[in-house]
Amino acid sequence: MNLLIKNGHIIDPSQGIDGVGDLVIENNRIKEISLERKGKNSAEGSASGLQGFRTIDASGLCVLPGLIDMHTHLREPGFEYKETIKTGTMAAVKGGFSSVCAMPNTNPVNDNSSVTDFIIRKAIQEGACTVYPIGAITKGQKGEELAEMGIIYAEGCVAFSDDGRPVMSSLVMRRALEYSKAFNVPIISHCEDLDLSEGGVMNEGLLSVTLGLRGVPPEAEEVMVARDIALAGLTKGRLHIAHVSTAGSVRLIREAKARGILISAETCPHYFSITEKAVEGYNTNAKVNPPLRGQEDVDAIKKGLKDGTIDVIATDHAPHHRDEKLREFDHAPSGISGLETAMGLSLRLFEQGVLTLSQLVEKMAKNPAAILGIDKGTLKPGADADITILDLNKEFRVDPGEFVSKGKNTPFEGWVLKGIPVITICKGKVHE
Amino acid sequence: MKLSSKDLLGIKDLSKDEIILVLDTASGFKDVLRRDIKKVPALRGKTAVNLFFEPSTRTKTSFELAEKRLSLDVVNFAVTTSSVVKGESIIDTALNVQALGAEFMVIRHPSSGVPHLVSKHIHASVINAGDGINEHPTQALLDAFTMKEKMGRLEGLVVAIVGDVLHSRVAKSDCYLLTKFGAEVRLIGPPTLVPLEMESVGAKVFHDMEEGLRDADVVMMLRIQMERQDRGFFPSTLEYARYWGLTTERLSLAKKEAIVMHPGPMNRGVEIVSEIADSPRSVILEQVTNGLAVRMAVLYLLAGIKE
Amino acid sequence: MPKELLDKKDIDRILSRMAHEILERNKGAKGLCLVGIQRGGVHLAKRLAYKIKEIEDKDVPVGSLDIAFYRDDLSIRKEQPQVRRTEVPCELTDQKVVLVDDVLFTGRSIRAALDALMDIGRPANIQLAVLIDRGHRELPIKADFVGKNIPTAVNENVEVSLEEEGKEDGVTIE
Repeated sequence: MNLLIKNGHIIDPSQGIDGVGDLVIENNRIKEISLERKGKNSAEGSASGLQGFRTIDASGLCVLPGLIDMHTHLREPGFEYKETIKTGTMAAVKGGFSSVCAMPNTNPVNDNSSVTDFIIRKAIQEGACTVYPIGAITKGQKGEELAEMGIIYAEGCVAFSDDGRPVMSSLVMRRALEYSKAFNVPIISHCEDLDLSEGGVMNEGLLSVTLGLRGVPPEAEEVMVARDIALAGLTKGRLHIAHVSTAGSVRLIREAKARGILISAETCPHYFSITEKAVEGYNTNAKVNPPLRGQEDVDAIKKGLKDGTIDVIATDHAPHHRDEKLREFDHAPSGISGLETAMGLSLRLFEQGVLTLSQLVEKMAKNPAAILGIDKGTLKPGADADITILDLNKEFRVDPGEFVSKGKNTPFEGWVLKGIPVITICKGKVHE
Repeated sequence: MKLSSKDLLGIKDLSKDEIILVLDTASGFKDVLRRDIKKVPALRGKTAVNLFFEPSTRTKTSFELAEKRLSLDVVNFAVTTSSVVKGESIIDTALNVQALGAEFMVIRHPSSGVPHLVSKHIHASVINAGDGINEHPTQALLDAFTMKEKMGRLEGLVVAIVGDVLHSRVAKSDCYLLTKFGAEVRLIGPPTLVPLEMESVGAKVFHDMEEGLRDADVVMMLRIQMERQDRGFFPSTLEYARYWGLTTERLSLAKKEAIVMHPGPMNRGVEIVSEIADSPRSVILEQVTNGLAVRMAVLYLLAGIKE
Repeated sequence: MPKELLDKKDIDRILSRMAHEILERNKGAKGLCLVGIQRGGVHLAKRLAYKIKEIEDKDVPVGSLDIAFYRDDLSIRKEQPQVRRTEVPCELTDQKVVLVDDVLFTGRSIRAALDALMDIGRPANIQLAVLIDRGHRELPIKADFVGKNIPTAVNENVEVSLEEEGKEDGVTIE
């Protein structure tokens, strides 16, 4: 594929680029970027030699390196009724993502090479974007014995996580952090003390008491964040905290980083956009794990994003079948289908002055690539042609009926979001 | 004056005026219950279905009798846990029941929010007979009726509710109702079972029972559920009874004319001693009679609400 | 513009006459029980009992009857009729019950009252006393004691106001 993207506002924090210019793609790789200088477009020269190059006029649009979602549940193999690699990646592309990381809580769990291999091959054949599998930390995600990390790393896993569940045993977590150093990949921790969170279905507080729903205190997350930070300090392994949701967690991570502990952290759009109030009326579409918290937590997360405590915005895309959510709040599965609303929600941070556009691209492309050690998230010459083109001014009303994902479970129905990806380029294709 | 919603899901959704309407209507029905022929043809030809997903004798019987007294046709769906596990969803069950022609669905379920979920999907009137640890509105209404009858008022009344408030839908509904009417609500129990958050609703939390009972007008005892002990909320019923059981000495701290209430069934010797349960200060049996009148009033008033 | 048909004095004279008629027909006050239909009939029943006491120096028990539950129009009304007290102080069985109401119109309220009384007891006989009979019966119901017959059009409204309700005694038509 040969492509010329003209006149777009190119934002590439990996090269410190933030300006209007042209981008040339040759043979599915970035050839060069020419920024506008003194009103003259110096790419005009080489552009005249670009025969057979399709041109995309990106005037008024933002041109970003293809976004990377570090935390997605594609549900295949085993839960295809909720989502498949095909539908999940199509949703990702619609949401502006050119790469996603697939969490291993499939059925069977991705703790062995055949499952990893299956996912990679399926993704190559049917995936609309690139899929990087994340392998399990422990066999069956049971939290007891380490999975064959080396083997599945060789097969293609870029990180390890038991996501969906925590590793309750501190000893097992220690071993995992130590052992993973051999492969230099991060351990992504789902921080939840199951004893403290037992039976809980929403954030603990006045609302949970008056709704008559059992609550999960923020401390259920913080207790384990603290533990994992201590173990990361002990082992010098690479720790990445998944879906940070509380002010206390942000504070712990900030202090840990200040002390020089090697950790990174991610949060999800729902944790900086809505609070536990979304649960009112027993709205199962607002049931998520970790649960939606209070306003102080939302504010702390925004601060954490701004000052760099939180490195990544990931979606934790968790699609479920409509029937599963249409039941008692206690028994509905947790999760929000987030790929198609992530960009719009994250752009609100730009509107609110919490992050610049460049910082937003860091959180959603540059940093994930760095943490995972993959060659993406950049527009350097020679890099894969993974591009996201955004229209910052276009508005859309969130309508789950229009979602490409099989999962229509979103608490944002009816929200009017400003800024959508209009073009996503990946795997040699232009998706509009 | 009529109720504003086709359903009765909780006290939280009722205005003070609506509650007064229910209580006044219940007085009229109490008269009916004193007659020889305790039946009126008011809701003749309509059907009520009792969907009890949790075992219950007293509330179920009370609703059933109230329905029959209004000449309703009554159908009881005793949904055992296994049929729920077999897979029919709540919504499907409710829609099937509605297809049978039910105008009223009385629902009790172990999960909070189920009556709310059902009410969104059916035209029939949904009455919450107790959902999880959320609310039990008809119990609060009959408690209020009893208090008003015995003490003459609700405003300014000092009501002490003792026990496992955290898991008691009765306590919560009572608390919401009484605070709406300006009563002073005191919630008494061990710190693990009485959430401080209830002070944001207008109640006062006490862990010292003697202090909480002082000069109370009404003492309402909640049943201590044995499952709570298994889950580590308090170490033993012996210890619980010692600190939060209602004894004659403790009751004497309340006002002389104070009444003793209990939603039933009682654990004699644990939260309440027999001497008190059987004494004239206990209005526990009247609560049962009033429950019938209140439930008749609720059914009657909801019948007039067309969607 | 409502037109006054009867004033305070008229009503008082009419009630006196009706009290005499009730005593005459029943050969005295023995075994009598007055039951007023909520709400207008209740006050009138009390007044009649007072007049009977003046005439015969006998106390006749007075009760109130709420007919909300027995109405035949519950499913078509916009609002549920308000439920009021039913207090019947006499043992109805074998008693002579005089039902008292303010206005007799279609007769449906009286039918409901008859059903209610039957559920409470088994009176020896039931007689009907009304202050105003305005015609347009839809059921075969007839009053035994009538204060005044007033011919009306169906769409007109006859209103009986009583002091006990905080208004001036009077009967108006609109």
